[in-house]
Amino acid sequence: MLTRADVEKVALLARLRLSESELETLTGQLAQIVGYVDQLAEVNTDGVEPMAHAVEVTNVFAEDSVEPSLPREAALANAPRHNGRGYLVPAVLGE
Amino acid sequence: MSEPYTTVIGLEVHVQLLTESKLFCRCSTKFGAEPNTQTCPVCIGMPGTLPVMNRKAYGLALKTAVALNCNIPEFTKWDRKQYYYPDLPKGYQISQYDLPMSADGYLEISDPKGRFEPKRVGIIRAHLEEDAGKSVHDEAAGKADSEIDLNRTGTPLLEIVSQPDMRSSTEAKAFLQELKLLLTYIGVSDCNMQEGSLRVDGNVNLHLDHNSQRIATPIVEIKNMNSFRAVERALDYEAARQYREWQETGRNLGDAPKQTRGWDDVAGVTRGQRSKEESSDYRYFPDPDLAPVTTTATEVQAVRASLGELPAELRLRLTEAFELSDYDADVLVNQGRPLVDYYLEVAEHSGDPKAACNWVTQDVLRVLGDEGATIESFPIAAKQLGDLITTIREGNLPNTRAREAFNLMRQSRLDVATAIAQLGIQKVDESELIALVNELLAANPKTVADIRAGKLQAAGALIGQAKKRNANVDPNRVRELSIELAQQGEG
Repeated sequence: MLTRADVEKVALLARLRLSESELETLTGQLAQIVGYVDQLAEVNTDGVEPMAHAVEVTNVFAEDSVEPSLPREAALANAPRHNGRGYLVPAVLGE
Repeated sequence: MSEPYTTVIGLEVHVQLLTESKLFCRCSTKFGAEPNTQTCPVCIGMPGTLPVMNRKAYGLALKTAVALNCNIPEFTKWDRKQYYYPDLPKGYQISQYDLPMSADGYLEISDPKGRFEPKRVGIIRAHLEEDAGKSVHDEAAGKADSEIDLNRTGTPLLEIVSQPDMRSSTEAKAFLQELKLLLTYIGVSDCNMQEGSLRVDGNVNLHLDHNSQRIATPIVEIKNMNSFRAVERALDYEAARQYREWQETGRNLGDAPKQTRGWDDVAGVTRGQRSKEESSDYRYFPDPDLAPVTTTATEVQAVRASLGELPAELRLRLTEAFELSDYDADVLVNQGRPLVDYYLEVAEHSGDPKAACNWVTQDVLRVLGDEGATIESFPIAAKQLGDLITTIREGNLPNTRAREAFNLMRQSRLDVATAIAQLGIQKVDESELIALVNELLAANPKTVADIRAGKLQAAGALIGQAKKRNANVDPNRVRELSIELAQQGEG
């Protein structure tokens, strides 16, 4: 059963700040989603090969040739903050 | 080993593969471009975009894995490794989790100086993944913001993880040098550490006997080592630090979580960083946007056949077929394939592998070192150097003047015959030399007397005079003849 602590942990990993009431609501909703997917566990999968991909395609490659990149202004256009050269984010320290 | 412990080291190496474009999009991977000028919707993680695997990147990764003696499974897939960091625009890195493209290989290391026994370092796995971006924090410009450059995002990396098979920083350095050599021989990476094409993290802990029990200290991962020398120093520092810490706290493996420490090269210390997230925190799952890759045994065979001679095989050939010492073979092979090819041509052309080795490892390498040049631009062609060696052997160029000829050939780009002619070097006929020595003896009665009195070193005085008369005389032969003729005159 999905607990509130699980939701808090996932929220932290995703850097989401949730209010008390949001945590409450989301724990319930997520538990329902997980429960829904869990129904699949009832299917007998003995002798069924696990699959890594939904479609049976393999070896899809592109050739190694350079094509034009985005102009920098376009790349930075939707950034909450930038200085015309790079994206600006709260200080990253320690590495 | 004098320490009361055994250092146990495993290395994790990230190598940038030599492609023109990124792993999943067609942006350039060229180093040094203006920030954020080599990105596109795929590599900056815009919704609705789809990655497509770079064929060349997969090929280079496969080549490396085969050269590292790895098993290549028939089926491999890519997974999303999720973590939140400003330089990771998608919020996940496309990497490989439970079905990597290669596993269970090894790399053999040895030391011609004999500081450790030759050994086989296991390779746990080598897998293909994408790089993240770069964050720059300019302390001087105020501490408010970091600037993110996403040019590097999506660049193909091969992550190579070794077994904890190394027992000293010397072995770790040897492993890295051999790995780098191998990668440059097979041409999959330029391994330029300054440009971040080769990055090393180390995992280290200590094994020690305590109250007749074998115990281990907590494992520490060391990051931020920017040169092989730094790796060596950081590992030595960390081993000593762990021993001190163990003496103070008595903490064993399992008593403390795995710690990450960063190497400060200037201060010469490691410092604690954020504690490592558990692997389950990355919430890996198969990337639904990428198709898995299958590789047949026939394809692996073809890759193996395409590798050419690897450094270890080349060393063996040089010591066995050319009878070079382990040390000489190592010096040549470690210079890279172009220099070895040069050597091979000199050896073949001169028919004297040992003399060829002496000229190449001493004179040629000295010049290259002094000039910071590479063999590709060396002015004396291999055949010319071979001719020089043959000319000496045939007695047409005295050893004492060989270096002059070498220097002239190099500076004026001459062949050996022209260089010898320009230097006025001619073989001195033996009868001519005898006549010259007799003349000198006649003119230096004191020297003759000294030699007869057993002071053979007096003959040295005649060498200078002989060279003044004829620059081509062989000083050793003048000495021999002076002594011989002076003593003959006695009887």
